[in-house]
Amino acid sequence: MELQIAPTIPARRSLFRSDAAQRLLAFAALIVLFIVFSVASPNFLQFNNMVGILLATAVNGVLALGVTYVIITGGIDLSIGTVMTFAAVMTGVFITNWELPVLIGILGGIGAGMFAGAINGVVIAKMKIPPFIATLGMMYVAKGLALIISQLKPIYFNGAPEFREIAMGSIIGGVLPQFEVPNAVLIMFGAAIVASLILTRTILGRYTFAIGSNEEATRLSGVNVDRWKIAVYTLTGTFAGIGGVIMAARLNSAQPALGQGYELDAIAAVVIGGTSLSGGEGTILGTVIGAFVLSVLTNGLRILSVPQEWQTVVTGAIVILAVYLDILRRRQS
Amino acid sequence: MEGIDKSFPGVHALSDCRFDLYAGEVHALVGENGAGKSTLMKILAGIYAKDAGRILRSGREVEIPSPRAAQQLGISMIHQELNLMPHLTVAQNIFIGREPRRKIKFLLDENEINARTRDVLDRLHLQLDPRTKVADLTVARQQMVEIAKALSFNAEVLIMDEPTAALTDTEIDELFHIIGQLRQNGVGIVYISHRLEELKRISDRITVMRDGRYIDTVATADVQIERIISMMVGRTIYETSPEIPENGDQEVVLEVRSLNRGRALQDISFTLKRGEILGFAGLMGAGRTEVARAIFGADTVDSGEIYVKGKIAHIHSPGDAVKYSIGYLSEDRKRYGLTLSMDVETNIVLAAFKRYLGPLGVVNSSKTRVTADQYVDSLSIKTPSLQQKARNLSGGNQQKVVIAKWLTADTDILIFDEPTRGIDVGAKSEIYRLLNDLAHQGKAIIMISSELPEILRMSHRIIVMCEGRITGELDCAEATQEKIMTYATQRGGVIQTEPTTTGDTEFGTK
Repeated sequence: MELQIAPTIPARRSLFRSDAAQRLLAFAALIVLFIVFSVASPNFLQFNNMVGILLATAVNGVLALGVTYVIITGGIDLSIGTVMTFAAVMTGVFITNWELPVLIGILGGIGAGMFAGAINGVVIAKMKIPPFIATLGMMYVAKGLALIISQLKPIYFNGAPEFREIAMGSIIGGVLPQFEVPNAVLIMFGAAIVASLILTRTILGRYTFAIGSNEEATRLSGVNVDRWKIAVYTLTGTFAGIGGVIMAARLNSAQPALGQGYELDAIAAVVIGGTSLSGGEGTILGTVIGAFVLSVLTNGLRILSVPQEWQTVVTGAIVILAVYLDILRRRQS
Repeated sequence: MEGIDKSFPGVHALSDCRFDLYAGEVHALVGENGAGKSTLMKILAGIYAKDAGRILRSGREVEIPSPRAAQQLGISMIHQELNLMPHLTVAQNIFIGREPRRKIKFLLDENEINARTRDVLDRLHLQLDPRTKVADLTVARQQMVEIAKALSFNAEVLIMDEPTAALTDTEIDELFHIIGQLRQNGVGIVYISHRLEELKRISDRITVMRDGRYIDTVATADVQIERIISMMVGRTIYETSPEIPENGDQEVVLEVRSLNRGRALQDISFTLKRGEILGFAGLMGAGRTEVARAIFGADTVDSGEIYVKGKIAHIHSPGDAVKYSIGYLSEDRKRYGLTLSMDVETNIVLAAFKRYLGPLGVVNSSKTRVTADQYVDSLSIKTPSLQQKARNLSGGNQQKVVIAKWLTADTDILIFDEPTRGIDVGAKSEIYRLLNDLAHQGKAIIMISSELPEILRMSHRIIVMCEGRITGELDCAEATQEKIMTYATQRGGVIQTEPTTTGDTEFGTK
């Protein structure tokens, strides 16, 4: 005999509460910013300014992609800013000091980021040090190493002019001369697509969400949680490495003093993009939108001649607002 | 399972326990809180390791070092707190850790995972979309997902720990229907429950445990619920007779009128008099702590009124409660009662710190020392000095420090939640004496306890709760362990001794 069970009706959710809501909100905010700034200043919608915004988003966007993963696991990574610098300096060492081929130099730089990320993972998963502390430590270590290795001086890439083309050349411009969008922008979008596929289609992505949703249940289901955590932090370090290479190519130099503070911009982008700091949910698309919200805001305020100090204040307010909306949403559900 | 022994630091949880299960039967496991039911089953499910004893699976001796190993032996356990990942879908939860992959091993095969989940759900005749997020399901549905997960391992032994605790009546019918199906397919089910009236409906045999020991196994058809209750309670003789002080004062100091909070608290009303110890009995999850938290302002209620000394009290936070001179001593004193890393003196004056501040906001340490000294003396708190960190005291002395803290704050109404949990026998009787003294001095006391002898020994009146409702009130003269147990296992205030007619013969008892 069969008991008929009514098909599930998902609990009623308001649009505000739904998962897509925060992303929609971020997207709406982006549109609003666009409209406001284009009305306020005729210079805003200029092609060159748009390219400027895209370029300004490239590095922070790539960093934010990586940190999205750790935040979905319920962790945090404060080291990506200085790991980025460390990777840039290593690229400089490989290409300028050791005169290795550019491609090897790039892979070496990304590898340096990957290595730092792996160390973070091991410290967190095996030594059971909270992610905040572990990556805070790595933040200092990477900063110090970058300064030591570079001997406090910028490393220039004048010996390998093709390196700069990695970020600042324009493949698109070669085909459509009126659309000279720098390669750095393409790299960011390419990285975003890859990051999104990894997050939604692969075993690594699945366990990223599972760990963030309920770590203990994931462990009891027989998943080697430690190993996957190490993998996630390694991935985050890898993105920091890619960010470092783009940064170095854009500036045509590895600047050892730069980098600290970038991790906070990246985390802000992730949070504005609707990824929950308590773990278990988040999207790459949201992160990309979040990164653009930040750079459009900075760019627009600068065009309106708002002093830089005030730009920073506004950015802070936006981050708090985004997290508050996230909390309101959670409280309702 | 034979001769199973298990100790935790300080507790001998199981001694010489046995349990057997046939294919296709529902074997209920009952006992009071702390009887060792869950511990025994967690050993079977590979979560705890046994200290001694043997486990035989289909006649062959096996070792079960991990949950994975148990699953491979066809043993799955559905925990009271469900082990699901709320952000993932039904299918993703069922196949976590063994996802079907594509040719490139790193890639997930989402179609395959959903198809396989649909198969498992079909076997249970569950109409559920594998792509639904688990967070969007009701608790009952989430439980079905856990059952489906167990089945996907081809489980032949399914352990269910209090599966109906969070379900409504209709949901229970659904669950029992599924249990019936599983039984027909030859799955053996261990059914841990506090709800004795359910056992008649669902189980074939019942095993009773008490104080970590095996008591007896009986066929459900041959036994009355009353008999099960007396086996659960036992005939333990307690060394001291009740020390109930006289209770002359009749002034009502606290009155609670129809407190409601979701399903956790339903229509809670009672009164508390000066100099009275009011016992709150019930099984785990009955809602006793929730009552305390509601009165203390730690949780917001949907409706209901609280009167303190005849006047309506607006209590929205623990701070408000303290103003109405209500003190709450949590069952988890290390987390909520003490600041462990601070010294005894600071802990004692913490709730009334303002009174010890000098004109410049500086703490008057000679005054705090006098107060602390006084209480250390009067409560005979055993501590080498006032500067001893609370962490280093024994459980009983920590409890006394918490009591001192609330006395310093001049509270008249004290709510004790499991006051003797984790305290050894000697210290227990000291706490009892202290409670009696406080009642003598005119304090009104609510004592929540899961230990029936303690309730019987201390209380003037006893309120029994079950599932968020008050199911009975007993005077100390008429109260017995059996009566309390009967009330504590009543669902919705009605005892069902007859199996519910469902029109489905497989629910009938054998």
